[in-house]
Amino acid sequence: MDLSSLTIKKLAQGLGEKEFSCEEMIGAYLGNITKNDKTINAFMSVFDKEALAAAGEIDALISRKEKLPALAGVPVAVKDNILVKGKRTTAGSKVLDNYIAPYDATVVEKLKREGAIIIGKTNMDEFAMGASGEHSAYGLTQNPNNPDYAPGGSSSGSAAAVSADMCLCALGSDTAGSVRQPASICGIVGMKPTYGVVSRYGLIAMASSLDQIGPLAKNIEDAKILFDIIKGRDKMDSTSCETGRELEEAPKEIKNLKIGLPEECSGRGIQKEVRDILEGSIKKLAGKGIKIENISLPHVGYGVSCYYIITPAEVSSNLARYDGIRYGMSKSGDELLDVYLNTRGEYLGEEVRRRIMLGTYILSAGYYDAYYLRAQKVRTKIIEDFRAAFKKVDLILTPTLPTLPFKLGERLNDPLAMYLTDLLTVPANLAGLPAISIPAGEAGGLAVGLQFIAPHFQEESLFSAANFFENEIAPRHS
Amino acid sequence: MIGLKQVKHIAELARINFSDKELEGFQKDLSAILEYIDKLKEVDVDGVAPTSHSVNLKNITRLDETKSSGDDLADRLIEAAPRKKGRFVKVKPIF
Repeated sequence: MDLSSLTIKKLAQGLGEKEFSCEEMIGAYLGNITKNDKTINAFMSVFDKEALAAAGEIDALISRKEKLPALAGVPVAVKDNILVKGKRTTAGSKVLDNYIAPYDATVVEKLKREGAIIIGKTNMDEFAMGASGEHSAYGLTQNPNNPDYAPGGSSSGSAAAVSADMCLCALGSDTAGSVRQPASICGIVGMKPTYGVVSRYGLIAMASSLDQIGPLAKNIEDAKILFDIIKGRDKMDSTSCETGRELEEAPKEIKNLKIGLPEECSGRGIQKEVRDILEGSIKKLAGKGIKIENISLPHVGYGVSCYYIITPAEVSSNLARYDGIRYGMSKSGDELLDVYLNTRGEYLGEEVRRRIMLGTYILSAGYYDAYYLRAQKVRTKIIEDFRAAFKKVDLILTPTLPTLPFKLGERLNDPLAMYLTDLLTVPANLAGLPAISIPAGEAGGLAVGLQFIAPHFQEESLFSAANFFENEIAPRHS
Repeated sequence: MIGLKQVKHIAELARINFSDKELEGFQKDLSAILEYIDKLKEVDVDGVAPTSHSVNLKNITRLDETKSSGDDLADRLIEAAPRKKGRFVKVKPIF
């Protein structure tokens, strides 16, 4: 069974026309996992028995000619920082090595309700802190297309699993690019919604003012189907909101779109091979009659600095809960304080401890104004840059990464080099904007993605532009 | 470069045990990162309001009601605690 060209719609069609049974199809995905995941290491856990049983139920529905829900039989992999009831959920950390999720995240509940089959939980950088998958406490994930290369991160397992046909699509979380960036590196689609549009109930918090759950898929159509199912206000997440709140008109027709190219994201600092693919795509867009305008986002270059103040500060607060008292691993000590010190010293990984230390320093007496408050003000400047830009253009186009994909180990011992991987993705998180990474080409066998960024709540026009790009500008053979 | 004494103080505030060697490593890493983020001083932020919420969502409130989860959620939450006695989570005494 050829899984590489399967999409959600084709799957539904195949099931409906009895080209294959749901069990056969799930069996084929599980077969790929058995065959390839020992080396790729995309999965933390695989639910083979339950997946096959769920597939059997879908087959029974089909034989009774009952109406199938929207995602009937679709095998979805879920990043291991999103709770799936009754399943171990580690967030890539040893401190949650024994943690069993007591409830379903809202996004998981929605997927299950639509008949999706949760095939497994995916590997990730510990607590989503990292850009390469190498900071997982459970071993690194290989890039399925180039074994010497990192798959990107922190949704490393989700991107690798989709790319290697070990699931049809996946969920990840994106705090600075953690969905878009591994999607770009693994040659697939990854999308981050507007801040608040997808409920985070059941997502293990990293940096609460930035975290969003988003879909990873082979193509735009599948990413949009997933997004439409997981979006929406949730009473269990008071930061969640409806889409379309500020958007009443339908998205503009593609031909009438004006796309902005920020000079800060297309010139110096962008590797030549990436720039070539960007410029090639711009020429093709212009050739299709789409208006391109050069714009400026003067403060966007400060994004990474802002991020590495705001995130560690929020991390140091959010991760205070891992103290060995209520859940997770615990290391005993003489006094209560020793339990905290020992548990956190023993079970938190190096990058996590580095960010907690940095955040604690930034929030400590005397430094708050100089770092945190200043970063939140520069964040305002970045948001104002986008607001001004979106008065002139409908969407913004940039590369997803400033460089080609990098090798495993290449940035591991240089935290700053690792952080700069997020240079072009982090601004959308700081400003809460929806953004999507689309495969745009290859250089020397390495995948390059481009990123569209839209104004708040304009996911519709984001997807329709991305769809146009996929079909007309960078079509892939599948 | 931040001093080793300060790094030790931060580690105490962060409630993490470190070896001396690890502390020295952090001293180096934190100094490099702090130097990088110092770039923010270039930006004129006079009169700029800080952002804490990027989408300007209004406060969402709800009634503060007691609700039962209707299943064994409470039991599972208690079960997750590393040390317990009956339905209580057990901690070391504080004097």
